Amino acid sequence: MEIIRSQRKPVHIDVVPTLPLYRSAPPLEVRLEDFELYAMDRLRVLKGIADGLSRGKKSEEMKNLADHLWKANMRHLDASEVVNKDIISHFVLRLVYCRTEDLRKWFLSMETNLFRYRLLFEKAEVQRALMAEFDLPYRAASNAELESVKEGLKQVAQSFGQPLAADAIFYKVPFEEVPELVAGRRVFIHKGYAYIAMNQVVSLVSTQFRSHLSKALILTNRKWTSTIREQEKDRLTPIVEALCSSYLGPDYSQPREFAEISIKDIDQIAKSSFPLCMRHLFEKLREDHHLKHGGRMQLGLFLKGVGLKLEDALAFWKAEFSQRVGSERFDKEYAYSIRHNYGREGKRTDYTPYSCQKIITSAPGVGDHHGCPYRHFSEENLRAALGKMGISNRAVEDVMDKVRNRHYQLACTLTFEAVHGTSCDAGINHPNQYFSDSQKVLQSKNQSTV
Amino acid sequence: MTKEEIENGTADMEIDQRELMNGERSELNAVPDGFNANYLKVYYGKLFPHADIFKWMSYGNDGKHPGCDESYFGRREFSFTLDNDIYLRFQSFNSVSQLENSIKEKCPFKIDIGPVYSVDPAKRHAYAQSGNNVFTPVEKELVFDIDMTDYDDVRYCCSGADVCLKCWTLMTIAIKVIDPALRDDFGFNHILWVYSGRRGVHCWVCDPKARRLTNEQRSSIAEYFRVYKGNENSQKKVSLTSSALHPFLLRSYKVLEEFFEGNLLSNQSLFSTEERYEKILEMIPDESITSELRGKWQDNKKSSISKENINVDRWKHVKKILKSGKQKGQGLGKCVEEIVFSFSYPRLDMEVSKHMNHLLKAPFCIHPKTGRVCVPIDPNHCEEFDPTAVPTLSKLLEEINMGGLGTDDDAEWDRTSLGKSIRFFRSSFLQPLLKSCKEEIENSYNAKLQHSKTSLTW
Ligand code: SF4
Ligand SMILES: [Zn+2]
Repeated sequence: MEIIRSQRKPVHIDVVPTLPLYRSAPPLEVRLEDFELYAMDRLRVLKGIADGLSRGKKSEEMKNLADHLWKANMRHLDASEVVNKDIISHFVLRLVYCRTEDLRKWFLSMETNLFRYRLLFEKAEVQRALMAEFDLPYRAASNAELESVKEGLKQVAQSFGQPLAADAIFYKVPFEEVPELVAGRRVFIHKGYAYIAMNQVVSLVSTQFRSHLSKALILTNRKWTSTIREQEKDRLTPIVEALCSSYLGPDYSQPREFAEISIKDIDQIAKSSFPLCMRHLFEKLREDHHLKHGGRMQLGLFLKGVGLKLEDALAFWKAEFSQRVGSERFDKEYAYSIRHNYGREGKRTDYTPYSCQKIITSAPGVGDHHGCPYRHFSEENLRAALGKMGISNRAVEDVMDKVRNRHYQLACTLTFEAVHGTSCDAGINHPNQYFSDSQKVLQSKNQSTV
Repeated sequence: MTKEEIENGTADMEIDQRELMNGERSELNAVPDGFNANYLKVYYGKLFPHADIFKWMSYGNDGKHPGCDESYFGRREFSFTLDNDIYLRFQSFNSVSQLENSIKEKCPFKIDIGPVYSVDPAKRHAYAQSGNNVFTPVEKELVFDIDMTDYDDVRYCCSGADVCLKCWTLMTIAIKVIDPALRDDFGFNHILWVYSGRRGVHCWVCDPKARRLTNEQRSSIAEYFRVYKGNENSQKKVSLTSSALHPFLLRSYKVLEEFFEGNLLSNQSLFSTEERYEKILEMIPDESITSELRGKWQDNKKSSISKENINVDRWKHVKKILKSGKQKGQGLGKCVEEIVFSFSYPRLDMEVSKHMNHLLKAPFCIHPKTGRVCVPIDPNHCEEFDPTAVPTLSKLLEEINMGGLGTDDDAEWDRTSLGKSIRFFRSSFLQPLLKSCKEEIENSYNAKLQHSKTSLTW
């Protein structure tokens, strides 16, 4: 892929597959502007998918959501350009997301999902053609083979409430190739082979897609660190790094499942569901009736994400600040910025609740209380804070161990687990995620005790 | 000889004692129950099958074949839990004698086996310095851990760490459900079941393909086996979403049903008291049915049905009413299956199976709390296995003491009650395993030779 400053000559790709597999970087020239714009558009799609998944949407809904996102963001005025945009944006994001394990993981999972949903929209011929393109060593099971396992195939079909069509085609593949289908008991498995119905082929191809991409990302990462970053330090590198420093996990700027908390509950909720960073700010605010700018932003945006409405937010901050600076000064100096936090949609980096990554890399100065306690507290203070949360000595030791190894988010995850008595497999990536996961746990506990 | 003397003694003293007692069969041969470092020393010195463990974990990579990977065993992580709870991770050994000497010297209370890494785990720091994440697990047996404590809500005979023959049935069922599925569904052949020493069983699947599974693939198998999804506070522990069962569950159900009706019902007295049958009624989401049953059972409370039959009879009532409830439409019929599954289907510790780098206690360790040996269990005769009859450390020492000095050959174990377990381990597991490992090494070696030949013709 060659990136040029401006005007581009039209380039034609000889074979235009209906669904690119992104096997190798295309011989395309890309304008610098498109480089960034295309990437942003694709990112919106991926982010939308991530968001849908985290809201627990069902696969049918997800398929429609993905289709909708794709159509909304990946169109191009020039029809012949559509495929190029697809390919270019994918390769740009590869560069953006190859650089750390976490980024790779997120990208891998979202791209695979996207691929799968798009594939589901394709017709059977296209799906079959893709099978061929992947060069999978699987073959349709012969009639004799099918005959011998017919009973099992029938039972599996029935377990989905479907009859087994007499002429159904099944592929025979090693079970390791289709972990998802195995996990859901959605296939008949015999002597190490899974019998995959044609409509399940999609899962198979997606797995393949995933593993190709996973390897490719590692290679891209090597190229990035060894040459590209340095070579492109005046041109692409800043763009790539900027694309990435904006928080790219789920968007917490809009309150989600647990929309609307009210001021009267806030103390209780802070106690039960705030991560340590927010709990600390919250307590400091209650104690000092003041927070410096960094703390106001970190806590304020978090509260917005949690579902505190603007009027309530104003009342909440005012109740504290006015004790210190008087309500007049509050209205004059502070109210504006709170409104502002709630106001904008456009410049999302500024008004999105901070992610862990952002908080951990912030640099609180004297008198500041923001930042991540696991990173910014002294060992002593951190121990005391954890003790106050009612965490057992053993768990505290485990947490401190992670802290010593500078795995702050893991430390926070362990804290979450100790507090809630459940595991948190996804790990903590965002204070608002901590909050919503916590609420989920508490709600399910409540429901089951009713 | 008092207990203190033994506890303060050393392995050497043990032998002195034996010399004294030789031939006398005096009651002084009796070794006090329990578990301590000195007993353990003798056990590791005379009975623990170091060489078998080494052969197993080498998987044919013993240096004898030009195609074998000589670094293989040395990249395996062992970890030791010592007397004072010191936990030594990332131990590795390059030979059977290194392994044996280290075990004898450190006398671990527990030996855990971890994965085979890309590089020698003991030298991982050196590799870490060179950057680029080269230290990573590459192989590990597929393992399962089933623990009786996870069944506390469905057994009334004991709770917590205790087990008896009555509840052990649950482990028997687990083996009878999981073992055939591993073989027939997943096509694995080299499977070792081991008593965990106290209240559960471990399973090691050792086929080459199993050892190389990724975490995702491991998870998928664990999920395939998972039916139980409940928590402490939800009544329904098992929810069978569809009206027809997947063939694996269908086959499992036959096992479950047999044990549930033939054993658990009366051995656990599942319906004998109101509290117990209420637990079952809670799983039936239809008021009219549950109140009908309740009424029936409360009425004949004073009737003369023997305790024996009450469980069987009441279960018959449940089945009859649920299976005949045509007017209720679908959905209730599967309650019968759900109840059976809830009370008998295996409950796996999912995390252990899902991750390649999970450690699992080595077979033939001694459980520090019970003093019992973690002996293999024959899945084909698992209903005969009796955890309360498994040899204990003190019993074995007694047997050694009684056996007299004998020749100092290394088959001392053969004269103890451990002999049968080690023989079983070798004949049913180790030998077939090594045979197929050798074949695999041979085949891939030949393939490689073939390959290099053809590439020369270019
Ligand atoms: S890890 Fe994230 S959520 Fe946890 S305390 Fe730090 S910044 Fe807050
Ligand atoms: Zn019992």
